[in-house]
Amino acid sequence: MIEFAALLVQTAMAVALAPGVVGFIRWLKARLQGRRGATPWQPYFELKKLFGKEVVVSRTASWIFRAAPFIVFGTSVVVASLVPMAVVTVVADRPGDLFVAVYLLLFGTFFLALAGLDTGSPFGGMGASREMTVVALTEPTVALAIVALALGAESTNLGDIVIRGVLEPARVPGPSYLLAFAALFIVTLAETGRLPVDNPSTHLELTMIHEAMVLEYSGPYLALIEWGNAVKLLVFFSLLANLFVPWGIALSLTPLALLGGLVAFVVKLAVLSVVVAVLETRVAKLRLFRVPELLSASFVLALLAVMTSFLVR
Amino acid sequence: MTSSSLAFGIMIAGYAAGGGLGLAAPTGRAARAATAAGGIAGSLGGLALALTVLVTGAPFDLALPGWLAAAGGILLRLDALGAFFLAVVALIGLPASLYGWAYTAGDHGGGRLGFLGLMFNLFLLGMSLVACAGNVFTFVAAWEAMAVTSYFLLMTDADDEETRRAGLWYIAMTHLGLVMLLPMFFPMAPGAHATSFADLRSGAAALSAGGRNAVFLLALAAFGSKAGIVPLHVWLPRAHPAAPSHVSALMSAVMVKLGIYGLLRVTIDLVGVGPAWWGGLVLVLGSASALVGVLYALSENDLKRLLAYSTVENVGIIAIGAGAALVFQSYGMRSLAEVALVAALFHTVNHACFKGLLFLGAGNVLHGTGTRDMEKLGGLIKRMPQTALLFLVGSAAIAALPPLNGFASEWMIFQALLAGARIPRPEVAVGVPIAVGMLALASGLAAACFVKAFGISFLALPRSEHAALAREAPWPMRASMWMLAALCAALGLGASAVVPALSLVLGGIDDLGAGLGGVPPPGLLVHGPLEIGQMSPLLVAGALAAAVLVAVLAVRAVRRGPPRAADTWGCGRIQQTARMEYTASAFAEPLRRVFAALYRPTADITVKLHPQSRFFVRSLTYQSEVEPWFEKALYDPILGATRWASRSIRRLQAGSVHLYLLYVTMALLVALVSVWWVR
Repeated sequence: MIEFAALLVQTAMAVALAPGVVGFIRWLKARLQGRRGATPWQPYFELKKLFGKEVVVSRTASWIFRAAPFIVFGTSVVVASLVPMAVVTVVADRPGDLFVAVYLLLFGTFFLALAGLDTGSPFGGMGASREMTVVALTEPTVALAIVALALGAESTNLGDIVIRGVLEPARVPGPSYLLAFAALFIVTLAETGRLPVDNPSTHLELTMIHEAMVLEYSGPYLALIEWGNAVKLLVFFSLLANLFVPWGIALSLTPLALLGGLVAFVVKLAVLSVVVAVLETRVAKLRLFRVPELLSASFVLALLAVMTSFLVR
Repeated sequence: MTSSSLAFGIMIAGYAAGGGLGLAAPTGRAARAATAAGGIAGSLGGLALALTVLVTGAPFDLALPGWLAAAGGILLRLDALGAFFLAVVALIGLPASLYGWAYTAGDHGGGRLGFLGLMFNLFLLGMSLVACAGNVFTFVAAWEAMAVTSYFLLMTDADDEETRRAGLWYIAMTHLGLVMLLPMFFPMAPGAHATSFADLRSGAAALSAGGRNAVFLLALAAFGSKAGIVPLHVWLPRAHPAAPSHVSALMSAVMVKLGIYGLLRVTIDLVGVGPAWWGGLVLVLGSASALVGVLYALSENDLKRLLAYSTVENVGIIAIGAGAALVFQSYGMRSLAEVALVAALFHTVNHACFKGLLFLGAGNVLHGTGTRDMEKLGGLIKRMPQTALLFLVGSAAIAALPPLNGFASEWMIFQALLAGARIPRPEVAVGVPIAVGMLALASGLAAACFVKAFGISFLALPRSEHAALAREAPWPMRASMWMLAALCAALGLGASAVVPALSLVLGGIDDLGAGLGGVPPPGLLVHGPLEIGQMSPLLVAGALAAAVLVAVLAVRAVRRGPPRAADTWGCGRIQQTARMEYTASAFAEPLRRVFAALYRPTADITVKLHPQSRFFVRSLTYQSEVEPWFEKALYDPILGATRWASRSIRRLQAGSVHLYLLYVTMALLVALVSVWWVR
């Protein structure tokens, strides 16, 4: 029971923390680019504003358009509950493994792409088509990264992988982990719509992917989608942080371990945010048809990761 | 009379009565009703028979050695493996029969409906008997009955040039398979009159390694061509869409599965454990089928042909599972082989459900709009709300979205492949990750493909009059889709109970008998092999429902009034029209560019300029086509050689009676000499 409570608290914390991570990256990017930038709390203000606005729905749209924001938000939250963040719980670990997490996120993307098509806007269709292209091409990398991790930990369940990493620290910094980390990092950029795959701060450009898909959304619906995406970013950060650098995470529910886990988690998130902010300041967006090259590079990295884990065994 | 023979009697009587009464019925209305009633009764009997055999574990036997004794007589033996496939036939046969009742209304004349009804019921009977067959003659006869009846069903619209061409491809390929069946079976037979599967099993044990390899390769070619495994799939995307939609559903959902049945029957049951390259070959062909199938599905704009190509993909996924099982078996990892086979069987029944559902949905679209060209559809969700919802369920299931059934079986196959990584061989170390990558890429592309199939056909504004005036299908058509949609949900949510039940199917097979411990007992979680992973679609679905509910209530609480309806934003233009929507081709364009090496699209741009200035364009036409080039590369030489051979043989038939007399004399002479020789 207490584990279940811990799981609920951890999930709620993730949902609450997610916009802050987005805001922190934006603030840091602004600083790096010599601008003052909005405060890291800005996404919370935006969410509050959006929740207070009325909803405008296209006459062309059907119930798919109205259901999609809830599905996007719901799948992100469920995945957040499956991923170990500050503490590993058995309750969270059994119902879903890494494959479930990845395909649940695909579930959300599937409906968001349908919603993009639903309004009949050319932007929506363009975004949906591009988003599905990118997602389809990231799937094999994700699967192979899972294989590389699972071969090391002999499990695809997230908690098992993390616990194994903590208990056998010698395994973790191996070459296969490093390669899989690189592969999954590229996937994170692609799946969460960051540079160089997609630019999260463009609007109404022909280059955009995610923003084109959600162009027709307004008010609370848009808030749910934005929030869901922030949670998705947090989920990917947690995967990168805890699967590859598991140290510090709480394995028991004692107050001291929990505090340590929380601090370690925040520190890891901060480091990853800094990396992404620096990267987004340094690189330019790729042309859409160059993106598959980046993704196939990540696939090769993941394949090498699996091969190495065979070799070093 | 035991319960299984009673069920068998109902099955045979149902199909026979449905076919006979359908043919004899005076009016089209009566013919349709008789056809459907017979199909439903037969399917219920088949389902009862299959479940009896699966639950009791006792095979059902029926021998009629007197019938056609020269060929070995009729021998039926339905064991657990056959019963599983019989259950698949019946599970889809039932809704398809109900669907056909309404679907065939209004389209055809009375006489033709009677013939169609006869063929439909015989088709179901043939497929059921393939699963029941216990000797070579019965198997081949049922196999041929299935092929010929489906050919006639396929040719329902024989006025259409494309249908006739599809029929030719179909009948040629299916007979190519049949020609390979006999030389595949007979090397295994220990004696001229010992052709039952039990005899073949003992006969195969005595075969040399080379003989067993030959049997395996012939089985792979013969059954692979029925299952639609690349490169023998060419007939499938032509033939399946040409048939009436409920027949398409049966062909794609069930008939191809009997190819899988034949392959499993011969490889894991009759021939027994073979070398590792057997499984490796199946794995490679399966991966290729999965990828090629989904890529062509993605670029297809004909709704039914898209579904047919996606069948090639899913058969590939099943073959990946089966191939992995064969590899594990050859390395002596029997419990892993069991898990991989259970995964393949699970995907078999899952694909039957969602592909049946999707084909019936495409039938509703065709029925309601008169077209299956996606570029002419759109906006159907408003005119056909139930069809849209059901098609969406099928699309989500086939795109492997949790918690539906497609995800559960793909998860099992992933887990089985992962477990294969324990085999300490370099080719396995390379092969397993590549197979995992191919499977993941195929499922990602399938998601894109079904966003396109559903999004373009059912959402936004109608792209033509046909779509704008679409009407919802009558209740029997929707009811049969509801059945299949419910099955998709039940098989997904109940995966933790279904997976252990499927391991019973392998109970009758010597090398894979139950109690290997590969598949854990039913519980809340679905387990991968060796405790590598666990998941529970039920818990995930519950958590998802809870999260969505909370979000809905939260938005209810804070929002100001109901949503306001407005126009789609369109950069300042006055009115939104369907021409501004993304088209089906445009949706697939990015992926078509990415995989240009495989598609090799041809692009043709014609620009007509204004006569007085080259800066003003009058008209611009752009045509781009994707031709399955490797089909051409593979089949054109064969077709050319066949044409050349038939032209050469034609010379023999010169029309002169003297020449023909000469042939007769020569034939007689050769016969006499050869008799003398043999003596």
